[in-house]
Amino acid sequence: MSTWIPLWLHKLSSPPTFYRFAGTLRPWAMALAMVFGVIALYGGLVLAPADYQQGDAYRIIFIHVPCAWMSMFVYAVMGVSALIALVWRIKLAEVVAMESAPIGAAFTFITLVTGSLWGKPMWGTWWTWDARLTSELVLLFLYLGVIGLYHSFEDRRQGARAAAFLALIGIINVPIVHFSVNWWNTLHQGSTVKLFGPSKIAWDMLWPLLAMTLATKFYYVASLFHRARTDLLALESGKDWVRQIAESEARP
Amino acid sequence: MSALHAFLAMGGYAIYVWPAYAVFFIVLIADTIAPGLRRRRVLRDLRARMARQTHRQQRSRTEHAANNPTVTSSSP
Repeated sequence: MSTWIPLWLHKLSSPPTFYRFAGTLRPWAMALAMVFGVIALYGGLVLAPADYQQGDAYRIIFIHVPCAWMSMFVYAVMGVSALIALVWRIKLAEVVAMESAPIGAAFTFITLVTGSLWGKPMWGTWWTWDARLTSELVLLFLYLGVIGLYHSFEDRRQGARAAAFLALIGIINVPIVHFSVNWWNTLHQGSTVKLFGPSKIAWDMLWPLLAMTLATKFYYVASLFHRARTDLLALESGKDWVRQIAESEARP
Repeated sequence: MSALHAFLAMGGYAIYVWPAYAVFFIVLIADTIAPGLRRRRVLRDLRARMARQTHRQQRSRTEHAANNPTVTSSSP
């Protein structure tokens, strides 16, 4: 291992260490997700005023937009871990990449369904083959492809490498999703919230959106840790540390 | 109309807003439950494998003793 990688990071990538680390942090991440989620729901559904054009239908934004951001964020994490897994063959990177896929697929699915439920009253249609919607659907298929490829191999680690390769190629779709509203003429509105420059949204509506964004980020950490722990148990089931866990949990 | 009624009506958009929130919660709850179930299955399978292993070891030890009486009864 190269010397520029800190020792603690190297230690953390060892399965039993990560298993314990993730087990300690997971409840905290889940608790933070719940707290921010409840605050965001109260702010978004109760405190925020109705939109002057869309009435109360716009309240779907408080789940639709954070989930859409997560669908891209999780893909980016999966792509980076896939690259690390392919180059350095670190088992933990494979696990993070492969266990991110179902969570990303879940967020993408929520984005598509809530978008459809928002589109019907505002656009008059559940679905249209426009650039933003189509590229988001492609994102869902990429996630499903990664999951399917991973499970189609007898040898899990071989499957992880093949799926990591697909994840890496598919990362090209993430900027396409993001910029689709600028590059093509589309029904979907442009970005209202901007990292750089002023956002085009009132503060009463913005803060619940940001709170839900934090909630979904913490949720992802909690879910990923839970999934990664389970996957490590399955991958290392011949090892002593896993046998000890299996024995200690046999007698409750 | 009470405040709660007005809240649930969502300005006439209730049939779009509430299903959207329902999908959000149902999908995330399923995503939370799934790894816990898999974890239990993985550990149960491992315990079954460990039990088979110790069982096989014990049997081979007793068979070995039965086939070679001199080896085990070598004490004076």
